[in-house]
Amino acid sequence: MMEKPVSVTESLNYPRPKLTGIPKYLKVLGRSFNQKNSMLTLGIIFATFIILVAIFAPVLEPYDPTKMDLALKFIPPSAAHIFGTDNMGRDVLSRIIEGSRISLSTAFMVVIFSACIGTLAGMISGFWGGKVDMIFMRIVDVLLAFPTIIFALAISTVLGTGAINLVIAICCIQWTSYARVSRGEAILLKNAEYIEAAKAIGNNSLQIMFKYFLPNIVSKILILASLNIGSIILYCASLSFLGLGAQPPSPDWGAMISDGKEYMRYAPWMAIFPGLAIAASALTFNMLGDGVRDLLDPRMCDSVKTE
Amino acid sequence: MQLQVKGLSKKYYSGFLGNNVTDAVDDVSFEIKEGEIFGLVGGSGSGKTTVSKIVMGLLKPSAGGVFYNNRDLTKINNRQWYLLRKEIQMVFQHPQMTFNPRRNIYFACAEPIRLYKLAKNKTEEKAMVEHLIERVGLTKDQLKKYPHELSGGQAQRLSITRALCLQPKFIICDEPTSMLDVSVQAQILQLLKEIHDEFNITMLYISHDLEVIQSICDRVAVMKNGKIVEIGKTEEIFKNPQHHYTKQLLESALYI
Repeated sequence: MMEKPVSVTESLNYPRPKLTGIPKYLKVLGRSFNQKNSMLTLGIIFATFIILVAIFAPVLEPYDPTKMDLALKFIPPSAAHIFGTDNMGRDVLSRIIEGSRISLSTAFMVVIFSACIGTLAGMISGFWGGKVDMIFMRIVDVLLAFPTIIFALAISTVLGTGAINLVIAICCIQWTSYARVSRGEAILLKNAEYIEAAKAIGNNSLQIMFKYFLPNIVSKILILASLNIGSIILYCASLSFLGLGAQPPSPDWGAMISDGKEYMRYAPWMAIFPGLAIAASALTFNMLGDGVRDLLDPRMCDSVKTE
Repeated sequence: MQLQVKGLSKKYYSGFLGNNVTDAVDDVSFEIKEGEIFGLVGGSGSGKTTVSKIVMGLLKPSAGGVFYNNRDLTKINNRQWYLLRKEIQMVFQHPQMTFNPRRNIYFACAEPIRLYKLAKNKTEEKAMVEHLIERVGLTKDQLKKYPHELSGGQAQRLSITRALCLQPKFIICDEPTSMLDVSVQAQILQLLKEIHDEFNITMLYISHDLEVIQSICDRVAVMKNGKIVEIGKTEEIFKNPQHHYTKQLLESALYI
């Protein structure tokens, strides 16, 4: 007779206190927090909340975010104005809610554009190699030598201020990281046997790039994009703090802090609440990014499954 | 003469200023007649695979030419290669790595059909794939699987299917059985032979396994360090090897 093998997991299976009388959905929720992907769960919940706020901004705003009423200026946080009012008598909460639209749309546009440009450039340079690769990578090296903010400032000086120019300015630097990642992946793939087999059955270079390279690269790009979005929100905010982003009177978190800093002594809520909004959204998207990375990374994936 | 290889060389340059020259393939010439199975045998690193890749157009040679029906394959453009791939196909060494790991088997088999627009619609395409896959001894329900779910033998049958999709006249087999165990090797060889007899396909069969070469090839060339040291009919070479390297190879095969 064969002895029944006792697995390690079985031997560790000590009796646990049973949770009774708790609704099933709560248990599921609780379990998902215990697991390694709790970061992802939290990130998704908060990000959904922020995105929903941005989408339904006009409904959620208690007051018109651009309507000035000088009689109501510098009201501290109170029941009528939860986050107080600013130097023009505008409700800060309404402006933060409206500002989430601008901040998020800028950040998403930056990520989407720079991911597209970077992936394409990286794929091409990795696929063709040689001189093309060298030219692309030297451009990337040069751009990486600049700090994002400084380079974006320089570009904004040339293009002028405005939300679209802000997007272009940040994209100019951000695409490089995507190019690096996708080039690395493309070089790894280039020598794979199935790429040669694909060539052998008659795929041309373009078909190989879009049918074979892109699906393999996309997961890595997705991870990078979700990790990047938090820092891009910060970049956008800092640039609009310096007056390069959306122009007044449209509310932007960075610009709101910039307005508030003059009245920091007697109306600190003007700067604190937009600052908190920036911090919260950057944190949320970083959490989401970390969660997505853990989810898509095959090495992390195993450890999540075995738990 | 279906395929002629004349004075083929491939040099790799390495080191500072590229002054270290490695001859992967050095002045290799052979001819393959129509309907013949030609064996290319040699130890690891003797340049067999490099020759096959140059013939397939995946690598550019440093010198020499590959003439297929008197057309130089090393000098034609991509468009002409696209048309020629219908006639020249390849079976690769690592069966499981020949397929895109993210797409299922059906896609892998249907891809050449789609690329050359051989089927008018989806149902015709499906029928063609199913017909071929049954011809090589796989079942329909394996079409839904992914490459990593197949065994080595199944995957190699599949890559033969894929090569056959385009009804080629010439197939290069780059060590198709080296990654398989002996019983499966025999099945794959049997399949290749059947296909050869059925469609009268010319084959360039590359291997380091002398028994395989002996059982399948009509003529054989022995390669060493990028050079062909001996070429001739299989029986003659196996009975009466001239070059000492061939003798050495045959002896080592006997004793192990």
